[in-house]
Amino acid sequence: MTQSSDAMLEKLANRDYQYGFVTDIDADSAPPGLNEDIVRLISSKKNEPSWLLDWRLKALARFMEMLENDVEPTWAKVEYPKINFQDIIYYSAPKQVKKLESLDEVDPQLLETYEKLGISLSEQKRLHGVAVDAVFDSVSVATTFKGELEKQGIIFCSFSEAVTRCPELIQQYLGSVVPVSDNFYAALNSAVFTDGSFAYIPKGVRCPMELSTYFRINAANTGQFERTLLIADEGAYVSYLEGCTAPMRDENQLHAAVVELVALDDAEIKYSTVQNWYPGDKDGVGGIYNFVTKRGACRGKRSKISWTQVETGSAITWKYPSCLLQGDDSVGEFYSVAMTNNLQQADTGTKMIHIGKRTKSTIISKGISAGRSSNAYRGLVRIQPGATGARNYSQCDSLLLGDRCSAHTFPYLEVKNASSTIEHEATTSKIGEDQLFYCRQRGISEEDAISMIVNGFCKQVLRELPMEFAVEAQALLGLSLEGSVG
Amino acid sequence: MSDGVPMLEIKGLRARAGGAEILKGLDLVVGAGEVHAIMGPNGSGKSTLANVLSGRPSVEVTAGSVLYQGRDLLELAPEDRAKEGIFLAFQYPVEIPGVSNAYFMKAALNAARAHRGEEELDGMDFLEFARKKMKLVEFDEALLNRAVNEGFSGGEKKRNEILQMAILEPRLAVLDETDSGLDIDALQVVANGVNALRSPDRSAIVITHYQRLLDYVVPDFVHVLADGRIARSGGRELAHELEKKGYSWLEVAPPVEAAAP
Ligand SMILES: Nc1ncnc2c1ncn2[C@@H]1O[C@H](COP(=O)(O)OP(=O)(O)O)[C@@H](O)[C@H]1O
Ligand SMILES: [Mg+2]
Repeated sequence: MTQSSDAMLEKLANRDYQYGFVTDIDADSAPPGLNEDIVRLISSKKNEPSWLLDWRLKALARFMEMLENDVEPTWAKVEYPKINFQDIIYYSAPKQVKKLESLDEVDPQLLETYEKLGISLSEQKRLHGVAVDAVFDSVSVATTFKGELEKQGIIFCSFSEAVTRCPELIQQYLGSVVPVSDNFYAALNSAVFTDGSFAYIPKGVRCPMELSTYFRINAANTGQFERTLLIADEGAYVSYLEGCTAPMRDENQLHAAVVELVALDDAEIKYSTVQNWYPGDKDGVGGIYNFVTKRGACRGKRSKISWTQVETGSAITWKYPSCLLQGDDSVGEFYSVAMTNNLQQADTGTKMIHIGKRTKSTIISKGISAGRSSNAYRGLVRIQPGATGARNYSQCDSLLLGDRCSAHTFPYLEVKNASSTIEHEATTSKIGEDQLFYCRQRGISEEDAISMIVNGFCKQVLRELPMEFAVEAQALLGLSLEGSVG
Repeated sequence: MSDGVPMLEIKGLRARAGGAEILKGLDLVVGAGEVHAIMGPNGSGKSTLANVLSGRPSVEVTAGSVLYQGRDLLELAPEDRAKEGIFLAFQYPVEIPGVSNAYFMKAALNAARAHRGEEELDGMDFLEFARKKMKLVEFDEALLNRAVNEGFSGGEKKRNEILQMAILEPRLAVLDETDSGLDIDALQVVANGVNALRSPDRSAIVITHYQRLLDYVVPDFVHVLADGRIARSGGRELAHELEKKGYSWLEVAPPVEAAAP
């Protein structure tokens, strides 16, 4: 690596975080601390039925037990000081005078916040074909295109609203993919989750637009614990997008979300994430701890769940979007780009659990490390005894920008059925002087050359994203968009 | 270049790579419209010279000067040299996974066009332009949509270099052993590429091991590079002589200083 390209990498790595502003808005916040009262408060703020309060309390008891037994997970390749769960505020909502009847009644300051983030909540201005649920701190502030979706029987609303609108669906599916006691952070989320998005696509319906949730953490010292539940009934299809940002603050903030997906017979769910939480400054001060549990159950025959993620933000990312391939001939996919800069740490990957016959999974993971960051892929492929003829293909590539970063790959394989086929490929490469020079000799600037090489490296993943999201993701990666040629 | 300023003027060039001095006082003048062949044994510094001209960061110039169209070439960044019309056909073309060949070439062409104050070509216009050039070098269009050089055969990589040269229409093209390992048909293609660019205001430096390329690209001058210096210069008959006698006879011949034509 030459001096000038090191300087260039440094520059790329130190680009300012554009979304670091704070919205000055009156908030209704609970005092910090975690206990039964807080859980009861959250539940009553949301007028929840008693079964849900009981469910939360059970989760809280489970979490407290885990906390006492000190089972906070430590196996991930990330380091951070112990979190004091009593210092966190578990509920913060922008003050709202009355219940909203329409988008026009949303606080203009909130609308402006989302405009600034490039997310217009005004339906006229919104790019055609994307419905948005905007979550600000602990609550959903707006959902667009609801009416249009309802015509097709699609329910797309905030989680809180879904609890009153279709309690039977919530009761049937909540916690059915990620049980309360699944893991430390999932237990915490189950106790204190505040809002999130819910979608139900009825039998045989192809959702006519992308559904999307935009998460924004604003308040200080607040944890964000959202809960997302998507259900695609038999033969249904939905493509779902998720984006996130947070202000720049010197203290770390915890984000512990749970996402559950259920696909019934012949249903397909495509779930895309562009995660750009505040990563902390170049010395590693501040930033979001992104400890997330995402799991999809391919419950039906021939169902398919596809996770695509572009992870560029957060101080620490701990995230393994997974698939339970229960239905025969079901398909799970995981496409991931994780980019770390400065002192960011990412430990991310997936779990593909093959249960049904002839189930198939594909894992494509691209890790890019710059600065002094650490980037780990951790993936489990498990073939259960009944998964006759199961197949998996995994490819994990790492690209190093500079000499001070690191990349790690931890593949785990558990094969209990001999008729399965598993392929695993892994590469680690450095952006080469040769590649850079070749581009520059053709008149392409060093900055554009790095973008081009990184872009090429991520291509297999980026092409899985819906178009508008791909543009955003590439911009995030500091990439120039490839034209229509080729 | 009608006013007699040479395309390239190298004086007393010394350069180091990998901790050793490779070029040890090299002089060479290439006039506008001329084609020069550079021959010489392996390790004599031919690629190092090509690297100096194109500005590869790993090669360090320690003495001497290089003027390109009368301007100091050495102060320019590699990309600026490229945009000013210097093209290097690499001895070992580089693979760039995931970046389509068409996209790469379009970016290169548009960088040069923007530099010249010309409008950038969009995808359609670029394709149309590229198709003409592909015909010239008998390039398989399928390779245009593949990643740059990834999985290309040796011959395909070399053709790709020549296609890029044809598209970028450089003022000074440097071909580093582009003919090595090519069959006669492919050789003809390389020659077509170079000959199509021949004009009073363009020049080429063709580095080669074999005189057979010079049957198709007839050089105005032939130089022999040995031990980091131009050891001998002459007309194209020098190439035939080398072919017959090999390089060893050069070592007994007195080195020729300042072999500029
Ligand atoms: N980057 C480098 N590191 C180490 N040695 C180098 C480097 N570049 C060139 N050399 C050495 O310099 C000499 C000349 O190389 P080169 O210019 O490639 O010769 P040619 O192209 O004439 O075969 C060789 O001995 C080669 O090993
Ligand atoms: Mg060479």
